[in-house]
Amino acid sequence: MDEFVDAIRWLGDPAHWSGAAGVPARFAEHMWLTGVSLLIVCGVAVPVGLWLGHIGRGGTVAINVSNIGRAVPTFAALALLFMTPLRLSDWTVIIALVVFGLPPVLTNTYVGMREVDRDAVDAARGMGMGARQVVWKVELPLAMPLIMNGVRLAAVQIVATATVAALVAGGGLGRIITAGFGRGDRPQMIAGAILVAVLALLVEAVMEFAQRRTDPMRRVQRRPLTERAAAI
Amino acid sequence: MVRNDWICGEYVQTRSGEIVDALQQHVMITVTAVAVGFVLSFALALVARHWTRLAVVVLSSSTVLYTVPSLAMFALLFPITGLSSTTVIVGLVLYSLVILVRGMLTGLNGIPADVREAAVGMGYGPFRLLTKVEIPLAMPTIIAALRVATVSTVAMTTLGIIVGHGGLGSLIKRGLDTDFKPEVLTASVLVVVLALVADLLLVGVQRLATPWRQAVS
Repeated sequence: MDEFVDAIRWLGDPAHWSGAAGVPARFAEHMWLTGVSLLIVCGVAVPVGLWLGHIGRGGTVAINVSNIGRAVPTFAALALLFMTPLRLSDWTVIIALVVFGLPPVLTNTYVGMREVDRDAVDAARGMGMGARQVVWKVELPLAMPLIMNGVRLAAVQIVATATVAALVAGGGLGRIITAGFGRGDRPQMIAGAILVAVLALLVEAVMEFAQRRTDPMRRVQRRPLTERAAAI
Repeated sequence: MVRNDWICGEYVQTRSGEIVDALQQHVMITVTAVAVGFVLSFALALVARHWTRLAVVVLSSSTVLYTVPSLAMFALLFPITGLSSTTVIVGLVLYSLVILVRGMLTGLNGIPADVREAAVGMGYGPFRLLTKVEIPLAMPTIIAALRVATVSTVAMTTLGIIVGHGGLGSLIKRGLDTDFKPEVLTASVLVVVLALVADLLLVGVQRLATPWRQAVS
């Protein structure tokens, strides 16, 4: 327990809160890597998922992609990227983060589109909506909770992978952990871990809030989640 | 060594001892973590089935744990369990709980009430009901969860390097530090192969455990 107290003391030391290796700088790096990667992931995976889901094809591809992603360790992928002539710049880290962030968004967008009530789509068509209107006004809003679920999973995954990048010499809060490990400074290592854990939980909480806000049915009484899952 | 090619037969030959050691450590950590996680999850799932409130607590707290990146998790656990493979195993068990408890509850809750009633009507007690009816019927869902947990545990074990016990991750880290490509590539390929082999083994287990599924299809 003493080591946790030392870690808290480390966090309280103003010397650790300034400079290029200080907490704010590392936090900014982490948020920059995460933010850019998440934007690219959404920009690519959401349109592709919407399109595949709308035409109802490529489902096995969309789902298998995420299974393969799980078998490749993020550490190995980052290490291999680092050894290519690209070396490890911000952009190589971002490439890796995007690769690991794509599967959950793609799968969830696809499944979200497929699970939109067919009656609602038929009704929209009957009212004279064209394909574009059906996607924008009916399918997309109804698929929104699942799409946002995918984005949330991707955000958590990207924050975690960005931490691993520090093991390969990337920036971000993970660097505080690896630097502490490297010079045997246990309080610093634990302090870094606390910061990373807090950041991950914050991202999760913000994304969950966003997920609730974008649900068009949020004001309608819903059946409990388990019941809905069973119904599917 | 002058050449630093990605693939190097000489490296694999001369360092086969080290590679096998790392592989053994990797398999030991993964198998222990998944086995302990499986037993714990099973107990938790059985208890949570009868106490719905506990189920909510277990599921939501394990989801919070799952959000913590593994590198941070190992670093947070090591003041308690030290620089040992126990630290890695405890961390991996915590992650596997999320996937396994959820899978088991989904499987057990998905059994049609009619089937359960029929078994009770035939005089099955709670224990026989569980072992002869519920577990076999929930088996496909349970094994699906076990596959996901195993594959991600194999991958996550590499990060145990932060407390000095990363199995094949140790080779990746050292290859990285010494800029030695074949070591990184060999270890990375072995991790992926290990994950695929474990997955295939579990598919085999599922086939053996649910013979009626082949008979139908």
